[in-house]
Amino acid sequence: MITQVENPIVEIHDLTVSYDKKPVLWDVDLSLPKGHLIGIIGPNGAGKSTLIKSVMGLIPNSSGYIKLFDQDLSKVRGRISYVPQRETVDWDFPASVIDVVLMGRYGKLGLFKRPRKADIEVAMDCLRKVDMEAFKDRQISQLSGGQQQRVFLARALAQQADLYFMDEPFAGVDAATEKTIIKLLREMTERGNTVIVVHHDLQSVPQYFDWVIMLNMRLVASGPTESTFTSEILQETYGGKLTLLSEVGNLLKQGRFPSREQTEVKN
Amino acid sequence: MSNDLQIILAGSFVATACGLLGCYLILRKMAMVGDAISHAVLPGIVLAFLFTGSRDSVTMVIGAGIIGVLTTFLIEFFHKKGKLQTDASIGVTFTWLFAIGVILISVFAGKVDLDQDCVLYGEIAYVPIDLWITDAGTVMGPRVLYISGTVLLIILVFIATGYKELFLTTFDPAYATAVGISTVLWHYLLMGAVSITTVASFESVGAILVVALLIAPPATAYLLTEDLFKMMVLTTIIGVLVSVSGYYLAVATDGSIAGAMATMAGLFFGLAFLFSPTEGYLVKKFRKEKAVMH
Repeated sequence: MITQVENPIVEIHDLTVSYDKKPVLWDVDLSLPKGHLIGIIGPNGAGKSTLIKSVMGLIPNSSGYIKLFDQDLSKVRGRISYVPQRETVDWDFPASVIDVVLMGRYGKLGLFKRPRKADIEVAMDCLRKVDMEAFKDRQISQLSGGQQQRVFLARALAQQADLYFMDEPFAGVDAATEKTIIKLLREMTERGNTVIVVHHDLQSVPQYFDWVIMLNMRLVASGPTESTFTSEILQETYGGKLTLLSEVGNLLKQGRFPSREQTEVKN
Repeated sequence: MSNDLQIILAGSFVATACGLLGCYLILRKMAMVGDAISHAVLPGIVLAFLFTGSRDSVTMVIGAGIIGVLTTFLIEFFHKKGKLQTDASIGVTFTWLFAIGVILISVFAGKVDLDQDCVLYGEIAYVPIDLWITDAGTVMGPRVLYISGTVLLIILVFIATGYKELFLTTFDPAYATAVGISTVLWHYLLMGAVSITTVASFESVGAILVVALLIAPPATAYLLTEDLFKMMVLTTIIGVLVSVSGYYLAVATDGSIAGAMATMAGLFFGLAFLFSPTEGYLVKKFRKEKAVMH
């Protein structure tokens, strides 16, 4: 059940992504509409994060192509923003909250230029949106998980992009933060921005997202939540398919490196 | 300028250049890569001597720069393609290159004006007598001061212009790539900078002790502050203190200056570890006891 749309903001065509010659995403083909809050749903190891990393050009594709705003990524980088998983950075890094949010302005500043007053104003405005204004000079090592996530969100907002990719922004945050974030994401989509979120908690899906991508190494479904987020498709996504595909992946990998069989098994 | 001052100045230049780059190395969890580069540039220096037959600093810097970047490349290569752990990859790469350098020195000992002891342990005491004399015969002053001064200037310009790129690629490489800042480019620029700094330092503190200046002052500063800019300022101050106190320790003990400087660097780190107002071991313990008593 894959719903294709006219004038898509994201178009993924025949995308296959491999880690170390082992495919983790198979032949994904989808298109996404503008101005929606879109959830990427699937079990662990389904390739949810891989999908957005590959769209952002952080990992190479084995095959297929991706178009954003009907263009190549390199031409539209300035219109796209990214929120990585919180655990990917060292929060003991010697930096303050405002330092991190200002990083959102770096792409627009270009080489050698320092952030100016206007950039600081944008950063402060974004901190206000996530209710973190008072923490502007706080060291990032002193933040709670929810506060860290808000800072990451403020940094993405500071890019003033049209299309946002977020990797598990709701993972391990408190209820208040979750509420703040979802309210903010709704406001963004109302303004015509598109927000694509990797999401784990199945219960909140119908409440949060108006479009869902169901993923389990291959694309199971993509479409409006009410017609796509059905028990049938959920079963297909979380059912026994994963084992089969991952076994095929393992076989492929071993076939190319026969001498490495022993180490692969250990891994 | 008195001899004491010349030696202290050369030590300070080297310690500052090393320390500033060391801040990025320890935040990138790459301290041992700095160690590896400092050793691995040795064959580059010797080969540069052999090919050009001169102790011309520019040749040395280029030779060492190439080998330094090659070292980083090899470490990454063995790690990614050979699936070797990073530390094993570092261990294999730099010892191998360093060994080649040692062989080259011993084989061509007659042809190159290089001394093994000097390369390994440095001899900063020679700074005042190793003069730069132009072709016209004018004495310009100690050669090492010019080299280390120039390198320090290059490092300062590099960090000042690339401050935000280095900051972002160190803190969050994935996000940096996403906003269009090349992590690979800045990685190799930083490694190139570490390489040329090491060359400037090897004549004064030697290939083995330079790692003390690369890591100990920034590690000390890391315990004292939680702001990158302040960390770099503190590193500079600690670097100068290490140079001054190390020199007088060497005078008092009549020992190696480079050894004394590295010892002082370790001592400062120990003090910060125990007494840092935020991270200090004793301060934390005291706070805990106080909390228990209340």
